[in-house]
Parts: sequence; structure tokens; C-alpha cells
Amino acid sequence: MTDAPMSTSATLRQTVEARLKVRHAQERRFRAYGLAAIFVALAFLTVLLGRIVSQGYTTFLEYSLTVPVYVDPARVDRTDISGANFDLLIADQVLGRLGIKDDDFGTQSSKMMDILSNDLGFQLLQKVKANPSLIGKTVSVTGPVRADGALYYKGEIKKSTPEDERKLDNTQLQWLDKMKSMGMVSSGFNTGFLTKSDSTEPEQAGVWGAIVGSTMMLIVTALLAVPIGVLAATYLEEFAAKNRWTDIIEVNINNLAAVPSIVYGLLGLAVFINWLHVPRSSPLLGGLVLALMALPTVIIATRSALKAVPPSIREAALGVGASKTQTVFHHVLPLAMPGVMTGAILSMAHALGETAPLLMIGMVSFVPGVPEGFTGAATVLPVQVFIWENASERAFHERTAGAIMVLLVFMIVMNLAAILLRRRFERRW
Amino acid sequence: MLTWVALLALALFSGATFFAARGKALAAVGGRPIGLHSLPGYYGGYVALWVAVPAALILLLAAGFGGSLEAGLLRSSESSALQALDAQQRDVFYNDAVTLSQGGQPSETVYEGPQKQALADAVSKAKHLRSQITYGALAAAIALALAGVAFAYPKIRPDFRARNQVETWIAGLFILCSVTAVLTTIGIVGSLVWESWRFFQSVSPVDFLFGMEWNPQIAMRSDQYASSGAFGAVPLFIGTFLIMIIAMMVAAPVGLFSAIYLSEYASPLARSVVKPLLEILAGVPTVVYGFFAALTVGPLFREFFNGIGGLLIGSGLDGLGQYLSQVQNQMALVAGAVMGVMLIPFVSSLSDDIINAVPQSLRDGSLAMGATRSETVKKVVLPAALPGIMAALLLAVSRAVGETMIVTMAAGLQAKATINPLDTVTTVTVQIVTLLTGDQEFDSPKTLAAFGLGLTLFLVTLILNIIALRIVQKYREQYD
Repeated sequence: MTDAPMSTSATLRQTVEARLKVRHAQERRFRAYGLAAIFVALAFLTVLLGRIVSQGYTTFLEYSLTVPVYVDPARVDRTDISGANFDLLIADQVLGRLGIKDDDFGTQSSKMMDILSNDLGFQLLQKVKANPSLIGKTVSVTGPVRADGALYYKGEIKKSTPEDERKLDNTQLQWLDKMKSMGMVSSGFNTGFLTKSDSTEPEQAGVWGAIVGSTMMLIVTALLAVPIGVLAATYLEEFAAKNRWTDIIEVNINNLAAVPSIVYGLLGLAVFINWLHVPRSSPLLGGLVLALMALPTVIIATRSALKAVPPSIREAALGVGASKTQTVFHHVLPLAMPGVMTGAILSMAHALGETAPLLMIGMVSFVPGVPEGFTGAATVLPVQVFIWENASERAFHERTAGAIMVLLVFMIVMNLAAILLRRRFERRW
Repeated sequence: MLTWVALLALALFSGATFFAARGKALAAVGGRPIGLHSLPGYYGGYVALWVAVPAALILLLAAGFGGSLEAGLLRSSESSALQALDAQQRDVFYNDAVTLSQGGQPSETVYEGPQKQALADAVSKAKHLRSQITYGALAAAIALALAGVAFAYPKIRPDFRARNQVETWIAGLFILCSVTAVLTTIGIVGSLVWESWRFFQSVSPVDFLFGMEWNPQIAMRSDQYASSGAFGAVPLFIGTFLIMIIAMMVAAPVGLFSAIYLSEYASPLARSVVKPLLEILAGVPTVVYGFFAALTVGPLFREFFNGIGGLLIGSGLDGLGQYLSQVQNQMALVAGAVMGVMLIPFVSSLSDDIINAVPQSLRDGSLAMGATRSETVKKVVLPAALPGIMAALLLAVSRAVGETMIVTMAAGLQAKATINPLDTVTTVTVQIVTLLTGDQEFDSPKTLAAFGLGLTLFLVTLILNIIALRIVQKYREQYD
């Protein structure tokens, strides 16, 4: 009270200015936290994708070996072609080309067989079987270098590593170098990875079986989840009276959307396998389980698409004498279709990446081929990733990342399709 | 095969009745549809539906359940030669009989004497039963289709309300589809409760929920029940909780702050770039995160901690150094951290929606009073959005608890009751996967334990979801 007015306002101004400085500093800090959070999230995305690409791109690089093999009549019996050891025959001939003499115990040739894929022997067997007159002639076969050899060419196995810590010993590395310098080895795009199915040998393993399995499973899922989901959503949104029952169904759907996916696997195991005897690990079973899982998402997406159609459309149709059903099927649903399809594609993309429920219904088994129909044993892309990740051979880790890249390409294509669909047909009322 | 041919024939027949009925309706009014109550197609559709649906249902039921019916009837009259066999051998016997009757490859079991005779009898009986079922269903389908024509076709008259009838069929289909969601829930609850109940017959629920030791032994056969292991799930609950807490410590601050930045600070351009990128992060399958955790983050963290441990050995903290230099890839921290990254976009997009739902007038009022933006966010927007954000975090917790692939690939199998993030722990979902991916008998407590765990998981996530959805609903009403 006794202070002069001037000095009060001066001190007030000083305090406010000092306080303002602190407050602005706080503001900047807060903003920086937000930026940092976004930066961290995007950095994780970059590291995740970058790491997978850097681990996986080598999968698409294949080193193949071309060897002319003299099919020695002394070693291949015309009457029992399958009984001949073609792997050993090829190994010996490669050794001969490198100018190496084997000892009596076959030490060198067994070492050589470790770096040649048995695909070579298999191909030669097929060729000779198909045409026995090749016996006594020279046949040229081309096949992949065994996984460990390829890892050496790719620089994953290094000479500098102590010999007993790597899979290939010094002699084998020398041979690999020599084979490359002699021009027997050529590198190129690994088409086998996309056209072959799972195998116990990493260099012969591919994702084709898994791609077909995933496609078949998604067909089942889409055929079940999309029509049922769309019809259920249409009923709830357009026809159903608001009463206890529809409330129960609605709460039910919202809760189902948040049930952990593994619980759907348990449902599949108990109901579909043990009760209804649907064949284990078949695309049909996987599709059924994933359809139940995708159903709530499809319903929720469809409902919001239907909500976006303005009431004036319905009133106009009803006004010219259409029945409720005709209004919905002739006007409301077609107008909501882009939104419905976007939701459906996104939920299918989600189903494509789902793994946990499929482990419950026996999809983890080794399936060395394309599934024989909807009830045959199948494997799917994400499960293939899981199986390979568990494999002990190092070469499978590279394949795992390769399979993930294939999976991500599919996911990106589906998501892009959904985005384009939305952009192309989106309608503002 | 026969089913497909029959279905095709049925489709053709009902197509024919469609046109016949449509023609009849049009003929009745001299070709001028104006005289009809409904559009001509509805008359055709009415008859075609009555023809196709009942018959198709019979055919599909026979195709789907004929095998079970056949097996059941085959067992209903048992030969005396089988009395010597136990239940399992009988199963094999009947499977063989069915396989042989279909011309397939039976099991390698050798049957002798009266059993061989019984097998031959059973095979011929199975063949007989199957042809009875197949042709019975076929005959029933034909009869139903014809009955459908006889019932519906005479009704076609110009004043017949065909559209209303067809729409009743459509309404039935609608209700059937909506009920699927309820049936799924009933299926989930029913199967989990039923199998868990069987599990709790051999292990008491108290031991399961409060037992401190988790050690399910391999019980390959039913007579090994006695040597079954301990089913105390507390270590699994602790492990799940630990990983969930670590994940939330990553996801909650990063997700929340990015949501605040995106909704309060970012320019529309930045928003339109960052949001889709975060959606990519949300769309990455969890198995990919699992691979990343197991082969990249795990070794990285191990080397980091081993490095620190190496520095500490010999210093004042020798004990800690020794411990750190021995931590393994599969620590709780790795699975938790990667799961946290997975949850970032989930938390961020949910909180973004909620923050955006706070009315702009609140912000304007606060800014007009001289508050800075951050003060507005902290003192006005966040308190208003708090219930919604809590709900978003609860949903994220529910996701973290139910997440399977990351923990299966990156966390361990050893059940330890520890809250040390550098130790290996196991979770409920990991144990479900481990218990069910082997090739053991389905009735052993070991496999049934998975359903006990599944039921617990389902209930916990259900409660979290219900609370979260309730909060969201209540909160939304405030500003509407």
C-alpha cells in the first residue's frame, strides 16, 4: 500500500517478464518433446524396415554353379539309375576340374559335397532318368551353390573369422574362390525363392507354397467375412429396431474386435478341429478362423460407411415408392460400397499378417509344396516367417527377412489399393 | 463330387422355376407388369427360393456332417470281437474301416481272426451306410425341391404380394448374419469354459491362480496324469505384467506426445505425411516385430549390457558387472521394448482422435486468457481428454497382454517370478502357444491348461475392453 504506483508496475513488469521467459522456455521444451516423440516413432520405423531390407535383400541374389558332368557308365548303372550317387559323382568331377586329387577315404569329395547343393544331383538324376542315353556323355547342370557357400560369396561368412568358428574350413573357402575365378559360378536374381516351396535346404527353400497358401486362405476369409459382415452391418444400421437385442449384438461386436487373436485360435482348435473335424492346418480351417476374427472389423467399417450416406438418399427412394429393402440394396449400399471395400481390404490385409491363431490350429508343420486344395495341409507367409526364424541354420535368417519383404510387399499393395479406392470413389455429401 | 453335381443341377432347376414363375405372373396380366402387385422378378424369385434353399441345406448338411453321422451309426452296433480292444484301439479300428471303405490306405495295425472278420463287416457296413446317407440326402433334396414347386408355384397370382415374401427371406438372412457375431462369442466362451472346466477337474483353480510354480511336464499318454507337473500360473501373470509395463513405458509417452504434437502443433502438411507413416508402423504384422526383436534388438541389448558389465567387473560394482556380462538375448526388456514400439501408433491414433474431439472453444478460451499453447494443452486440453486417454491406454494394455508373436519369438520359456527386466520371463500367450504346438494328446492336463490360460486372458482383456469402451462412450456424450 505504501509503495509508489510506478515502482509496483515496474516490479510487476519485471516479474511478469521473468516469468514469461520461463513460460516460453517451457513452451519450447514441450514442443521439442512432441517433435522428439514423432522423431523416435519414425526412427523406429526406419530402423525396422531398413534392418529387414539389409538382412533380406541378399535372399534375392543367387549364386548358381554350372558344371559339365561326365555321366560315367562305371558309376551309373543303366538298370538302376536311381541307385547311383549323383551328388558324389558331381563332387568328384568338380574336384577334377579344380585339379584336386581325392584320398581313399573320400575326405575331399565329402567336403566338396558340403558346398554343392544336392539340387544339382537331383537335376542330373531327373535328366538321366528321362533320357538314359545320356549315360556315357557329358551333361551340363546348373543349380544353386549350397547356402553356406552363398553366404561366403555374399560376405556373410568371412575369411578373417577363425576357422573353427565358421561352418566352412579354409580349403572349402579356397575352392569357392577358385570356382568363382574359373567362371563356374554366376550370380543373378533368385527366381527360385519366389517359385519354389519350403525345403530343409536353405538354398532350395522358397515362398511360393506359402504365397499360394495365403491366397487360398484369404479367399476363404473374404468369401465368409465380407458378405456376412456387410449384411450384418446393414441389418444393424438400417433395419434393426433399437432394443435390448441389438444393443447386446452391438456391445458384442465391439468387444469381439478387441479379443486377442490367440483366443480365436483356441476357438478354432476346440470348435472347428475337435468338434466339427475340419482338417488341421488346411486353408479352409485357417480361413474360417480368420473370418471370425475379421468379422467385427468388417462390420464396424461397413457401419461407418453406411452412416456416411445422407438420410436424404433414403428418403428420396422411399418417397418414390421403393420398399425399405429396395432402398438399401439399390441406393444406400452401392453408395457406401467404396467405404465398405476399403474397410474389407484393410481387414483382409490384417488377416494376411496374422500368425498367432494359425499356430494353434496346426499350421506350423513343414509343408514342402503347394497345398493340394482347400482341405490339404498348407503353410502361409507369416507362419513361414515364424518357421524359418526358428530354424538353426544361419542361411534361413536371410530367407526369413526375404519372406518378410515379400509379405510386406503384399501388405503395401493391399493398403495402397484401399487408399486408391478411397481417393477414387470418395464422395463428399 | 456328387454333392457338387447335385448343387449345380439344383441351381439350374431353380433357375428354370424362376423363369417359369415369372412367365406365369406376366401371362396372368397379359404381359403388362403394371397389373402385378410386385415386379415380375419377385414372383420368379419367390418360387426359386422355395425350391433352392431347403434342398441346398439338406445337401450341404449331408456333405458336412455325413461323415460324423456315418461314424456314429457304425459304432452304434458293436461287434463282440472288439470287446478286447481298448478305446484308443477301437478308434483306430473304426478309422481303418472308414478309410478302407473309401478305398484309402489304412493304418498299419494288423487285425487277426474275429477282428479281421469284424473289420470286413464294418467296411461293408460303412459302404452301405455311406450310400444310404448320400442317396437318402439326394432323394430328400429332390423331394424338397419338388415340394417347393408344388407349394409356391400355385400361389403365383397378380395380387400375390411376392415382394414382401422375398423380403421376409432377405430379413431372415440378415438376422442370420448378425447372429454370427453372437455365435462367435458363444463359441469362444463355451469352448474356453468347457475345456477349462475339464482342466480344473484335475488341477484346482486355487492352485492354478495362486500357485507359484509353473512346470507342465510332458504328459504324452493318459496314464501319465500322476506325473504331471505344477500348474501355478502366478509366474506367467508376473511375466506378462512385467512385459506389459515395459511396453507401456515406451508406448505411452511416445504415443501420447506424438498425438499432442500432431493435433496441436503440426502443420496440415506435416500431419498428412506423418499420419500415413505411423499407419505403416501399425500395419506391420507382429511376426515381423518378433523377428526384429529376436534377431536385432535382442543381440544389440545383450552386447550393450555385456559391454557395461565388462567395464564394471573389477570395479566397486563387481557383482553387478558379473551379472550384466551374463545377460541373455531373451530378456523381458527386449520383448517389452519392441512391443512398446508396436503400440506407439495404436496409442497415438486413439489419443489423436480423442484430443481432436475436445472442442476448439476450450482451446480458444484458454489462449485468449494469455496461456501459452503448452499451458493450454496441459491445463485445459489434457484434463478434458483425460478419460478418453485413459481408455486408449487401457486398450493398449489389453493389446499388450494379448500380444503373442513378439513374446513367442523374443521372450523366454522359463517361468520365473521376477520383476527384473534383464531376466528372462515367460507370458501367458507364450505358454499357450508352447502347450498347444506339440503333438500331444488333447485330453492331457498340459493341453487343457492352455484353455485355462486362454480363459484367464480372455476375461482380463474383456474387462479392460469393457471399462475402456464405457469410458469412451461416457466421455463422447459430454460434448455432443
